[in-house]
Amino acid sequence: MRKAFTLRNIVVAALLVMLALVPVYSQATGDVFLMTLFTRIVILAMAAVSLNLIMGFGGMVSFGHAAYLGIGGYVVGILAYEGVGSGFVQWPLAVIISALFALIIGALSLRTRGVYFIMITLAFAQMIYYVGVSLDRYGADDGLTIYRRSDFAGLINLSNKTVFYYVCVTLLFATIYGVWRLVNSRFGMVIQGARSNERRMRAIGVPTYRYRLTCFVIAGAICGLAGVLLANQADFVSPAIMHWTRSGDLIVMAVLGGMGSVAGPVLGAVALLVLEEALSGITEYWQIILGPMLLAIVLYARGGIEGLLRGGRHD
Amino acid sequence: MLLFVEQTLNGLQFGLLLFLLAAGLTLVFGIMDLVNLAHGSFYMLGAYFAATFTALTGHFIGGVVLALIATLMVGMAVEVIAIRRLYGRDHLDHVLGTFGLLLFFNELVRLIWGPAGMNLTLPSWLNTSIELMPGVYYSMYRLSIIVVALVVALVLYLVVMRTRIGMLIRAGASNREMIGALGINIKLLFTFVFGAGAALAGLAGLMQAAILTAQIGMGENILILAFVVIIIGGIGSIRGAFIASILVGLIDTVGRAFLSDVLKLFLSNAAASTAGPALSSMLIYLVMAVILVMRPEGLFPAASK
Repeated sequence: MRKAFTLRNIVVAALLVMLALVPVYSQATGDVFLMTLFTRIVILAMAAVSLNLIMGFGGMVSFGHAAYLGIGGYVVGILAYEGVGSGFVQWPLAVIISALFALIIGALSLRTRGVYFIMITLAFAQMIYYVGVSLDRYGADDGLTIYRRSDFAGLINLSNKTVFYYVCVTLLFATIYGVWRLVNSRFGMVIQGARSNERRMRAIGVPTYRYRLTCFVIAGAICGLAGVLLANQADFVSPAIMHWTRSGDLIVMAVLGGMGSVAGPVLGAVALLVLEEALSGITEYWQIILGPMLLAIVLYARGGIEGLLRGGRHD
Repeated sequence: MLLFVEQTLNGLQFGLLLFLLAAGLTLVFGIMDLVNLAHGSFYMLGAYFAATFTALTGHFIGGVVLALIATLMVGMAVEVIAIRRLYGRDHLDHVLGTFGLLLFFNELVRLIWGPAGMNLTLPSWLNTSIELMPGVYYSMYRLSIIVVALVVALVLYLVVMRTRIGMLIRAGASNREMIGALGINIKLLFTFVFGAGAALAGLAGLMQAAILTAQIGMGENILILAFVVIIIGGIGSIRGAFIASILVGLIDTVGRAFLSDVLKLFLSNAAASTAGPALSSMLIYLVMAVILVMRPEGLFPAASK
């Protein structure tokens, strides 16, 4: 067994505690913006964790993961527009539809390998992006404003910033726990085995295609749920949330944080978005600093932030 | 009919422009096994350099030549400073590192040239129309893009397939250590190939800048198309890139021009005008997905792989 009190684990634990305490700090200091920023970070971290499930553990690099953010978001947006405001309908439906899309995309994409897999997932995401662009009834390019957040029969009031934040944090923690259980289960062993040597896994009689596809669908469903949250936070959904650069951002978060652990991408999401905020406070031209920083991290800190915390070694 | 000829030529022109971008990308990808998201930055730099040098020298051809040299130099410098250290790494490291470069170059351009775009003005001899067939006029400039790109494609093919340098490039692709052991300076060769790829992208960018304007981030959407091209064509295959570029250029341009009309034959007018634009934007991705499902390695997989 791995040791529990490594530097990495302590930092991750501290980060999760910090995430849970953001509303307390925000209320104490009256800094409302911090809540908005961190709600967004928590939601995107959830998407990054789901991407890391297939990318870090399954070796399936999806360059179209933001498509599920879009699908989840649009299901909420379209249902709200058509008068179905109940979260009991919106949320499960969004997750199911995201999973269905992941099933179709995964079933076709998993026939390819490596870079071809990266590109075919991108191709499907681009198709969905252009469907979003052409949805004339639902705002097309300009996007769709959501006038009422998902309604849970008065049980949970999502319009309350603190409540909404804790819903997001709870779902993020549940995702981390669920993915952690998953990768350490027999199922997870098969997925990781198929990443290192698929032929060998097949030779011992494991139908790897089905396992990988199942994993792909689970990741799509989780990301769809993150899309639901994103739409509720912004009260708005537009094709921009599934642009390919958004998928690139999710990959950057996962790689930056470190793909070796379930919670690594949370580090990446927090680091990237806080860095963006902080640098843009310093100079208008903040990307001129961020760009070389990302490059330097790749060159000198293999394994991302998580790798740094483990002593800079990449196995 | 006239419209069809014109749109087909436009498709061909767009396809050849894509080829210039895709050729550099596939050389770097196939030979050095490097995924370079910053390739579009050289496309953008080529456009800005050309606009600047043309304005400075007051001479179109002079400005273009200076811009190509400048893009080549920037490309080689980037290889020496950053890219060189990424060879042999995971593809994901490439994505993250070159994504960083892309952000850097976008911001650098904003810092130097400001947020507004720049125009590249054409000399009068290029800014005319030419009568191709009786009654069929076509833009002289677009025609010259077709000619230039075809010449570049031919030269590239000859260099890679028929010269000693090309032989070394191809050998370096299959076994880098062996070429090094033979006393060839493989590092320098790679730097040169990367620079040449950058210059090709710069050429595509500056030619496009005279049709549209030079803008920040102009390389990003076309970069995705260039990736589509090399994936359809087969990674590392110049021939595959050439055929796939023309295929993608034609499908994209002709699809945008005529798909709505074709749909009107089957659907109501309203449905066709809604579905048309969406479907034509999706068309090439649809083609790519179908091709990859049928032939997971692309149409013309490079022989060595």
